[in-house]
Amino acid sequence: MNALKRFYQKDRHIARLLIMIVAWMAFLAITRFDKFYTVVNFQTMAGQFPEFGLMALGAMLCMITGGIDLSSVGIANLASILMGMFMKAQMDEAGEIAGWVIPAAFAMALAIGAAAGLFSGTLISKIKIPPILATMGVNQLLTGVSMVVTGGNAVSKLPRAYSAAINNKILKVLPGKRGTMMGLIPVQLLFFVAAALLVWFLLNRTAYGKKLYMMGTSENVARFSGVKVDSMILKTYMLSGILAALGGMIMLANYNSARSDYGSVYTLQCILIVVLGGVSPTGGSGKISGVLLAIVLLRLLETGINRFPQISSYYITLIWGAVLILVMVLNYFAEHPIARRKKQ
Amino acid sequence: MNQKTIRKVVGRSEFYISLVFIALCLLIQVRSGQFFTPNNIVDLLSAMVVPGIFAIGEFMVIVSGGFDVSFPALASLSAYATTKVLLDVNWEGGVWLPILIALAIGAVLGAFNGLFIGYFELPAMIVTLGSSNVFKGFMQGTLSSKQLAVIPQGMRSFGTSALFVAKNSESGLTSRMPTTFLALVAVLVLAYFILNKTMFGRGIYAIGGNPVSAHRAGFNVKRTRFLMFVFVGMISALAGLCRVCMMQQMHPTNMLGMEMNIIAGVVLGGTAIVGGSGTLFGCMLGTALIVVVENSMILIGIPTVWKDVFVGALIIAGTGLSAMQVTRAKRASLHNMRKEAAK
Repeated sequence: MNALKRFYQKDRHIARLLIMIVAWMAFLAITRFDKFYTVVNFQTMAGQFPEFGLMALGAMLCMITGGIDLSSVGIANLASILMGMFMKAQMDEAGEIAGWVIPAAFAMALAIGAAAGLFSGTLISKIKIPPILATMGVNQLLTGVSMVVTGGNAVSKLPRAYSAAINNKILKVLPGKRGTMMGLIPVQLLFFVAAALLVWFLLNRTAYGKKLYMMGTSENVARFSGVKVDSMILKTYMLSGILAALGGMIMLANYNSARSDYGSVYTLQCILIVVLGGVSPTGGSGKISGVLLAIVLLRLLETGINRFPQISSYYITLIWGAVLILVMVLNYFAEHPIARRKKQ
Repeated sequence: MNQKTIRKVVGRSEFYISLVFIALCLLIQVRSGQFFTPNNIVDLLSAMVVPGIFAIGEFMVIVSGGFDVSFPALASLSAYATTKVLLDVNWEGGVWLPILIALAIGAVLGAFNGLFIGYFELPAMIVTLGSSNVFKGFMQGTLSSKQLAVIPQGMRSFGTSALFVAKNSESGLTSRMPTTFLALVAVLVLAYFILNKTMFGRGIYAIGGNPVSAHRAGFNVKRTRFLMFVFVGMISALAGLCRVCMMQQMHPTNMLGMEMNIIAGVVLGGTAIVGGSGTLFGCMLGTALIVVVENSMILIGIPTVWKDVFVGALIIAGTGLSAMQVTRAKRASLHNMRKEAAK
């Protein structure tokens, strides 16, 4: 009991997210056990959340610096559209592609993400446009480019090999139909775990991470302490762009098509996740564990509600908004106990 | 005009944005010969009504040091609820009742935002992010909104009525100046009066500059924020209703997603993104720039798929120009200070 209490007091925010997840899981266990607690259901969820999870990781890095990245979705769509077109161009008549095409597509997507991120980073650090505007403009610009490239249509009829490779499951240990073995872990999840580990490592084990938090706390102090603020901003937005492009590649596999307006809700959803995960919108604080929990909580809420057919799926947005405001109000009361006591 | 005034005018971002605006209008005129025709101007003014009112609301919020991303959802919800209620009771009367109902709903929803932003002191952007989801969910989930193809008679005649009709003598095309334009004018005048002539309005600027100093100077920071969001909610709801009247139908989701362009317009007009400064004139100019780009691409023969590319480039170029201008001004003043110190 004491250990629990200490854990709660050590990091209230994380603890509160955990409590919410556990409560929701318990509620689902009581009401919809057989429909929710299935391996396939969890696999589906694990295959879905990396799309916006990757973008949210990038958004988190930017928010820690005190900035914000609203360009993730634009980058993701542009990358997935161009790569979809590239793979289609390499496809032979039977719909097959050579083995090198998929890795090449990935490399090019990452390059596009890096270039777009560098562009935002340059606008922010050199020209000193506020991050929110710079990334908003870049988002619109890239969405526009995607629109021009595709003429507003979807890029579909992709080579089957791509979707089969990414939208797949490895570790064939589950018994499947007719004696075959089914995979356990979705490939998309691997990408996400790798990215999350990378971000965790950068934030907690490198000088880059320390400087990032320092910059978010006070850019001037960081500058006078010898941190190369401009190059930090460039690196951070570039990383965010790369993560967004990776998210786009996963969207391409999940939907098996790409379009300039896919995932447009993700822009605000990513910000929501990051704030819900305890990253301060003014920068300087926030942990990756909180963001990961927020991503999981979002997915569980959404999938869980879908298990109640009588509830309109539109309620999900309502609950989402309510959860965000609730968390903020709870934080307010957690941070202001002294102020309240003084007033009394 | 002496040198000081010239420097003052040139130093403002409104000046640059006016130059860009005039250049763009001239470019369109040269390329198409259609820009400065009566019907095109009237069309653009009528396209300004809804974004213009939204921009005034957003302007006040940005001046106070925050961002509002909930107004499209707020406007959709209040316009939908108003239209639905009046359809259900078969309201045959004038447009005054729909306007009153929409204003009342807008005030309540604005108060919801204002409660959390004003009294709990939570960041405006995050709260409105949450509340826009709440409003949207409430509209689509609880009210199970559908497209309403018919709107009450009073609203329909309000939307179709015209102040005057402009005619292009060459092409024979006519455009109606909608009565709803009066709503924009009224909101603009009211906002100008509030922001510049009342203590409440000066309080909005003061809070945006520095909330702590504003508090020390005697402004009730919490109440000012709260009332401002109530007012912004009301005018956003009015804009939503105008849109429904002008489109002759209620489409629940087609206003959603406007927030980024509106914010871009306001900031293009020289409103400081950190709050505390900006003018309504600049705000209208920035919004007009976005509206012209969105509506006039077709006149210079650019396919509409390029729209986003141009708006995006415009945001980057416009904000980049004013950002560089600010940096240069800072450097110049630092330079002057050094000179003074050296003396």
